[in-house]
Amino acid sequence: MSKVVIEVKNLCKDYGKGDIMVHALRDVSVSINQGEFVAIMGPSGSGKTTFMNTLGCLDKPTAGQYFLDGKNVADLDDNQLAEVRNQYIGFVFQQFNLLPRQSALRNVELPLQYAGVKNRHAIAAEALNRVGLSQRMEHRPNELSGGQQQRVAVARAIVNNPVMILADEPTGNLDSRTTEEILALFQALNRDGKTIIVVTHEEEVARHCKRVLRFRDGRLVMDEPVLDPIDAEKALLDLPDPDAVATA
Amino acid sequence: MKFGDSFESALTAILSNKLRSALTMLGVVIGVGSVIAMIAIGEGTKKKSIEQLEIMGANMITVMPDWRRGGMSQGSGSGQLKVEDVEAIKREVPSVTLITGAVRGNETAKFGSNSTRTSISGVEPQMAIIANATKMLAGGWFTPEDNAFAARKAVLGYQVWDQLYEGENAIGSTIKIKGQNFEVVGVVTYKGGSGFRNPDEQIYVPLETAQKRLLGKTTIDQISMQVISTDVMIATQAKVEEVLGRTRKSATGESQFRVFNQGEQMEQVQQQTQLLGFLLAGIASVSLLVGGIGIMNIMLVSVTERTREIGLRKALGATKPVILTQFMLESVMMCVFGGVIGIILGWIVTQYVSKALQVPPAVNGLAVAMAFGFAAFIGLFFGLFPAMRASNLQPIEALRSD
Repeated sequence: MSKVVIEVKNLCKDYGKGDIMVHALRDVSVSINQGEFVAIMGPSGSGKTTFMNTLGCLDKPTAGQYFLDGKNVADLDDNQLAEVRNQYIGFVFQQFNLLPRQSALRNVELPLQYAGVKNRHAIAAEALNRVGLSQRMEHRPNELSGGQQQRVAVARAIVNNPVMILADEPTGNLDSRTTEEILALFQALNRDGKTIIVVTHEEEVARHCKRVLRFRDGRLVMDEPVLDPIDAEKALLDLPDPDAVATA
Repeated sequence: MKFGDSFESALTAILSNKLRSALTMLGVVIGVGSVIAMIAIGEGTKKKSIEQLEIMGANMITVMPDWRRGGMSQGSGSGQLKVEDVEAIKREVPSVTLITGAVRGNETAKFGSNSTRTSISGVEPQMAIIANATKMLAGGWFTPEDNAFAARKAVLGYQVWDQLYEGENAIGSTIKIKGQNFEVVGVVTYKGGSGFRNPDEQIYVPLETAQKRLLGKTTIDQISMQVISTDVMIATQAKVEEVLGRTRKSATGESQFRVFNQGEQMEQVQQQTQLLGFLLAGIASVSLLVGGIGIMNIMLVSVTERTREIGLRKALGATKPVILTQFMLESVMMCVFGGVIGIILGWIVTQYVSKALQVPPAVNGLAVAMAFGFAAFIGLFFGLFPAMRASNLQPIEALRSD
């Protein structure tokens, strides 16, 4: 039995007051083990983003409990939450969110900086190597393609060796080939034991995961395993080579 | 998170928008520059005024009849000064090291075809030391014997010499004053005085000579004395007043003399120029303040623009103090850079302005340190609000913004 990384009990989140109160999350309970690859799905307004923000310690729940790696996160103050985000969670965003004037290497070093780690260059270089960008370390984001930028973001997410990677629509701004590439990267990281949670509204993306949580009106309405997930590496082989298309 | 990293982040942010940073800094540059230039010019003015007074003789006390109370009136009025008064002071005031009576008059002096109307001072030779006029361009002063024999000898001020001799050697030659021949024995070096009793526009002759041969009077117009040190100026002045007042008082009981204390005058000048300095520095400080507000304005814009970046940094683990430090450093660094440039600018301005105003450039180390410190403080003060706003952003809100 693998270790429980996330344990959520009766989680509620309300916005606003009185008549205009919005119940973004209602009584959500779920647990996620180490090594899982989970997709969170649902239409907009279903509460999936709020759920992800809560898991990411970016937002505090109105009620309920959230244990991250056995620690009750609801009790922590802002600065302690910052430390938890730094040490336990690796974020990947739809917009990549890289610092535009810093090299790829410097961007990846950022979480290490906030952690006060020494020997940052070597660790960051290793993370970039892991995502296949060892040749692009000194490039700035605007000198990289969208897929490469997202790889830098993934390198940044794994550099502090977090217990989970939290990705919010990580392929929303990418074409189908680069989407497969990023998903292949996630699958490889997952095979190495990383817990990965992806928020997406694309069924295609969800089918690469091992488990899907579906939200509707703030409730967790379905929790199902993915039967026979797509192997992104294999899918890539079936996609036309972009260079071949260009020369055809 | 080390301080060096925050420093680097701040520097990157400043450099990433060079024009804006430069324009923001300009306010501080001008503020610091004008504070330094204004203080330096104020100090220079003060220095010049004090130098002017020192030219006239340091530690000097001068006694004159009070013309406002009729002391100057002719005849043997009780307000007149006499040689006996000089003797009395010499005897009774030990802190007076040198003393001389003096008479004054305006006469025309001639040499060849050149002539000039100038002030004649009949003094004893120790006046040279009292009036700080021992440095000679040529020759020397007349002697006590010359005074005793009422010899016709003269020492010229620089401008008198320049006008009569036009740069030629004067020693040993003869000038005419009131139709009498006077041998020129010395020329005092240029002192750069100005205005009333400019020492450069004087002819000094022995006191006896002036009394008997030129002005025909037995009284004296002025007593000049040198005090042993500036510390006892006030006490000495009081003692002199007491000695003179013992023999005579006006009907109303008021003193009929005016006693001028060079130290007191110096203090007055210092006070006045200090006031001027404060005023100038005050005006300059206002511009520094305005520069600070400019910094705050731009920092607020910068925080709004970089909301997303701040959100990201927080998501990646930056705590409030870390974000606060980064933004504070940004504004402090801009102020400090601006301050350094301002100091250089202020120094340059001081050189030019003091040349134009003919005062010595006096860039004061303390003023530089203060202006610099004030600039750094402004960076802290006006950076605090924007930095707090940045550090209080919720990461989720910040990430969501576009």
